[in-house]
Amino acid sequence: MLGVLRGMGITLKNFLASYVLPRRPDSLETGGIVTVQYPEERLPEKENFRNFPFLVFDGTVDNIRCVSCDICAKECPPKCIYIVRDTDSEGKPLKRPKVFDIDFTVCMNCGICEEACPFDAIFMDHEFEIGGPERQKSLVYHRDDLLKSTAHFQKIRPTDFAAIEERRKKDAEKKAAAQATVQAAAQPKPQTPPSPQP
Amino acid sequence: MSPPVLEKTFQASDPVLQDTETFEVNLGPQHPSTHGVFRMNVKLEGETIVSLKPVMGYLHRNHEQIAENMSYLGSMPYTDRLDYFNSMSNNFGYALAVERLAKIDVPERAQYVRVIMAELTRLVNHVSVIGFLLNDLGAFFTPVLYAFREREKILDVFEEVAGSRMMCNYLRFGGVKRDLTPAVTERIKKIVRGFPKFLDEFEGLLTRNEILCIRCQKVGVLPYDLAVNAGITGPMARASGVNYDLRKVDRYSIYDRFKFKIPLGKIGDVYDRYLVRILEMRESLKILEQALKEIPAGPVMNPKFAALAKAPRNFKPPKGEAYGRVEAPKGELGFYLVSDGTAQPWRYHVRAPSLINLTVLEDLCLGHKVADAVIILGSIDIVLGELDH
Amino acid sequence: MNPAEIKTKLESEFPGIPIQIVGEGLLLGPEDLVRVARFLKESGEFKMNYLSSITAVDYLEHLESVYHLYSVDQRTGPVVLRVRVPRDNPRIPSLVHLFRSAEFQEREAYDMMGIRYEGHPDLRRIFMWEGFEGYPLRKDYLPENEDVLEWDDVEWLERHGVTVPAEYKQYAQDLKAAGKEARAERPKPGAEAV
Repeated sequence: MLGVLRGMGITLKNFLASYVLPRRPDSLETGGIVTVQYPEERLPEKENFRNFPFLVFDGTVDNIRCVSCDICAKECPPKCIYIVRDTDSEGKPLKRPKVFDIDFTVCMNCGICEEACPFDAIFMDHEFEIGGPERQKSLVYHRDDLLKSTAHFQKIRPTDFAAIEERRKKDAEKKAAAQATVQAAAQPKPQTPPSPQP
Repeated sequence: MSPPVLEKTFQASDPVLQDTETFEVNLGPQHPSTHGVFRMNVKLEGETIVSLKPVMGYLHRNHEQIAENMSYLGSMPYTDRLDYFNSMSNNFGYALAVERLAKIDVPERAQYVRVIMAELTRLVNHVSVIGFLLNDLGAFFTPVLYAFREREKILDVFEEVAGSRMMCNYLRFGGVKRDLTPAVTERIKKIVRGFPKFLDEFEGLLTRNEILCIRCQKVGVLPYDLAVNAGITGPMARASGVNYDLRKVDRYSIYDRFKFKIPLGKIGDVYDRYLVRILEMRESLKILEQALKEIPAGPVMNPKFAALAKAPRNFKPPKGEAYGRVEAPKGELGFYLVSDGTAQPWRYHVRAPSLINLTVLEDLCLGHKVADAVIILGSIDIVLGELDH
Repeated sequence: MNPAEIKTKLESEFPGIPIQIVGEGLLLGPEDLVRVARFLKESGEFKMNYLSSITAVDYLEHLESVYHLYSVDQRTGPVVLRVRVPRDNPRIPSLVHLFRSAEFQEREAYDMMGIRYEGHPDLRRIFMWEGFEGYPLRKDYLPENEDVLEWDDVEWLERHGVTVPAEYKQYAQDLKAAGKEARAERPKPGAEAV
């Protein structure tokens, strides 16, 4: 009988303590209330939290970082990314996607697309309230739905943004330096601008 | 009109009532006590179980074939979904197997981070298993919610570190995905410091509770010889006195640096399994304390393989095979990999502790009542994602 | 203990037994498996009383069953045993009467690879349903092609008010008439590798 009584004492103590102790996430003490009354209450977003991917553009929407290289679509474990390369009026392939669909019913939020992307074009978002009335129409996100600015990325993940921007700047400098040496070597025709297309 | 009268009234001595028939019951697949979609085909003599056949495969998705058509890194997020309570230790097992296959070294700090995460996972698993066991016993939701309160704190840490609460996808071949920030380390330290107090309280609630003792003691006794012979591993084997913990036997990763004991049970009943889990958590806390104290600064990723994490298709381990096993919270989790030198494994096999620990379910349940079968299953600790591959 | 030492020990115990070293494991004939496993389990020197893992591998020209044995008492291991059998008639004696842990694992290997473990008390499919045809983990198994509409799909779509293009409908009808199901090409290992 003693064990049962002791247990009841502990439940009573916990019941009373839940009124007194600070609530999550302020406290790590045992006994405070952990339940969060979502949607009225929300936990602060964690920076590393990952959910569905989004595409980044620099400045304007036309300036998509994605070059439609198809690496993320190949690496995606459940194969939920579908990309079609854009072409100009003459049918020459351009370095940007015409179609970039992600099926969020299939996506499993693993973040491998973000890791695999060599152009820092796709990142994991914090958006998780994506419910919609229809399965196919609401949850297959097209290119324009996926596009978000670098400012958004900076807002949700400041640390990663800073690190990536720094690396990008360094890479750009290196590239410029390399180009300068190439140009210096190719002295005879100095004014040739680097061709924009490969 | 007179009311209809039964022609014959039954007496207790009537031979019709004396005869008993075996009665077949399907426990599950949709039943809360089966911890998922799992069915037990039970034959009953009155209330007593005379035969029990587990039926599984409801959650089968051919995990192994999926992995065989995928790059090595691509199956890392799929391993999260094996035992979805303990994604970190699943990652650990898989990473260990691939690292053995491709002979990759892991930097010091990453080893510590892995151990910390694996032990936190063990806390999460054991505490919630005990909660669910009490649920099966009929102590509805008080213990399990106390357990989940603690689990929540640890899952918050996982979210902060790995990005996701349950599907962590955190380990990489040759390290881990992200370093621990000082704030997170501090948070883990606080959790580790506060956890013994919770465990004391939890034990005060349960360990000497008379009802729990009566229901659990001498129920589902697993003898030592059967435990070894049936390949039972993890806390379940140790409750039967089998001193076999891969952290001590294989000393994989850096477990040889920590001082901890292996708690063993004497009888091997449900109560011993409960106690062993509580004691194991206390030992895990010791490991965590030591690891958090000793963790060195440094890189968390082998620089030679950091680039490969960015291009999973270029990761082609040499031809060969490897069997990597870790002490997951449920038992020995093994990954058997055969590489043919391409970017995809030729063969990928998971030795799932949930599946093999279930071998003895019938032996444990025979002669017990139906209600006991439920707690015996609860004490075995299965997760259907892993059981069904 | 390395495979070569175990091989010499086994050869002295069972004179004339054919054993090859493959990788870290010992390749045995199916007829020798049970006596070798019993010797490893019961001899005082090895005491390999814990069979950790059984799995099967499809090597195209033959199927292979791989056994990982450990010793709980001596904390040694693994001793890896391999048995190769032809694809068209894969039969291996079961180890269930020596190791209970083989019970579910042999059923799993039977289910996925179709190796018949003779002497197993209850060799049924474990994950797939009864009446399932084929062995999914064999390399020649072709899964259903989900991208191709079959006649049932067409009917379902039309019931739900979706107009199916005529060519898809025709294809589905042809498939049905031929009594075939749409099967996917299994991606060749390494085919996509850069």
